[in-house]
Amino acid sequence: MDLLSHLAVGFGVAFTPINLLHALIGCLLGTLIGVLPGIGPVATIAMLLPTTYALQPVSALIMLAGIYYGAQYGGSTTAILVNMPGETSSVVTTLDGHKMALKGQAGQALAIAAIGSFFAGTIATMFVAAFSPPLSALALKFGPAEYFSLMVLGLIGSVVLAHGSLLKAIAMIVLGLLMGIVGTDVNSGVARFDFGVPELSDGIGIVGVAMGLFGFAEIIVNLESTEKREIVSKKVKGFLLSWDQIKKAAPAILRGTGIGSVLGILPGGGAMLSSFAAYAVEKKISKTPHEFGRGAIQGVAGPESANNAGAQTSFIPLLTLGIPENAVMAMMVGAMTIHNIQPGPQVITSNPGLFWGLIASMWIGNAMLVILNLPLIGIWIRLLRVPYRLLYPAILLFCSIGVYTVNNTSWDVMMTAVFGLIGVLFYKLEMEPAPLLLGFVLGPMMEENLRRALLLSRGDPTVFLTRPISLGLLIAAVLLVLLIALPNVKKKREEAFQEET
Amino acid sequence: MALIRHPKDFWSGVIFTAMGAFAVIYGSKYTLGTAARMGPGYFPRILGILMIVLGLILVLRAFKLEGDRIPPWKWKPTLFVLGSVVLFGSIVKFLGMAISTVILIVLASAGSHEFRPKEAVISGVLLAALAVGVFIVGLSLQLPIWPGQG
Repeated sequence: MDLLSHLAVGFGVAFTPINLLHALIGCLLGTLIGVLPGIGPVATIAMLLPTTYALQPVSALIMLAGIYYGAQYGGSTTAILVNMPGETSSVVTTLDGHKMALKGQAGQALAIAAIGSFFAGTIATMFVAAFSPPLSALALKFGPAEYFSLMVLGLIGSVVLAHGSLLKAIAMIVLGLLMGIVGTDVNSGVARFDFGVPELSDGIGIVGVAMGLFGFAEIIVNLESTEKREIVSKKVKGFLLSWDQIKKAAPAILRGTGIGSVLGILPGGGAMLSSFAAYAVEKKISKTPHEFGRGAIQGVAGPESANNAGAQTSFIPLLTLGIPENAVMAMMVGAMTIHNIQPGPQVITSNPGLFWGLIASMWIGNAMLVILNLPLIGIWIRLLRVPYRLLYPAILLFCSIGVYTVNNTSWDVMMTAVFGLIGVLFYKLEMEPAPLLLGFVLGPMMEENLRRALLLSRGDPTVFLTRPISLGLLIAAVLLVLLIALPNVKKKREEAFQEET
Repeated sequence: MALIRHPKDFWSGVIFTAMGAFAVIYGSKYTLGTAARMGPGYFPRILGILMIVLGLILVLRAFKLEGDRIPPWKWKPTLFVLGSVVLFGSIVKFLGMAISTVILIVLASAGSHEFRPKEAVISGVLLAALAVGVFIVGLSLQLPIWPGQG
């Protein structure tokens, strides 16, 4: 019963008052930004990263993780009530959730979303706890060649499952890798691409990159459009579900949890992909598919369970392999690095308190969210009525203060502004910033593993092909690219992402 | 523009190619080393070449593939949003959190097409109080509240 004793360690850590407090702060902030449009978890984590310097690493990670899964709860609230997804992962919830609200079933829709999310969160936590130890044990056997190939697969996988042009996304990864190695080379001590600027010899800060590309750029793009947001004034009541609704929703929650747990682990997976897949499955197997889009409760229960499960299990590759699979996890890598924790398979043995504490905190956070969310809905709705013209300057202020406090100099603020400008350019040219962020955090690790692998093989590059695990990983990466290039799959992929935009 | 049929891909390709070329040329001052003993210039060189190749494919493809035009860039939001942030970063040390916050809020608000000056000032004052309370009193950040305290 290793699992139980591990979880006991975790709950011991997570149940300390300070960590409970940080889980609560993370969940509340996550819900808040999930409700508010125009700021997502990546920018929020970037904003809060500097304030976590003084904290214990485990408290910091608990809070930042809470932001991610808290955002899933918040995002569904706006999706149901205002027909506007607070986060991309709740886009499909608008289809049936908002229709339920229009039929006077807003309370039930919110209730089933919360229950589904909590159930999924519980199962996914168990999933993370059960799968992480064997996976890290496996990863510990990896040499540098295997690790390098694993990173290639992870990076390629993350763009195959994302939307947009594959070629551009790969180029964005490479650009990110290049940006990641700016600064002093650990081996030679040479400051690379620093242009003689002392601040750059420490490398480009992740806070500025993430906040500029994801925070500032989004605000600017939002301001360019002159659309008006609709404002809700409906009263929400009646959270009680009927027996008939429960009978319909329960299997959808189970399926959503399963889909989300599995898809969350895949590179590029996570909350968004999971919710799309779950909705498609529910619609396909339903005996009454015509009800979908007209307020089918399964259309809420499935995707909402899936996005929460996916948000949770996407921590598995990060915690066991040290490889982030989406932009939020890239931020978590940044957070761990700031606290001097090298993400990777050794975390579980060298920092068991942190590892299991973080996992236990996810379950606690989910419980908090389900308890807090329904009573607090009135407050979230009121916040939604705050017009964007008042909201975005406040977001800018908190971002600016956050980034200023990284080093207490104006340098980081300037860098963030530059990346904001670059971010708008990326948006205009449809260049996705998420792959860049992944490459950015993996750059130094990839170079180090390439260097070590080639050192061990005395410069023979075929080492990546002669070691079976490495070869297998690379073949998988190539297959992924080929698969996506097939005309048939390509069409399907474009269709699948059509609904999203 | 009839020749370039996919302007978004074309220009992103140009950017990638240029960045790649820059990495290779500027990076040529770092020791390349050998595969067995990679110098600081080795990995950037690989990445630079990869980026040139990917960029060129994008550029060439843009003559064949069909794509949307690049949306126009409205300068106002960009200028006000980034300008207010840069200004805040430069003055907060000297003017203190309170005044810098009001300036940032008012200037940033002016970037919206729904700008209402009076409302922006009120919101700026309220947020200044909040920022001082949370960040300087609460989280004890090392920043002055008023001018001349830094």
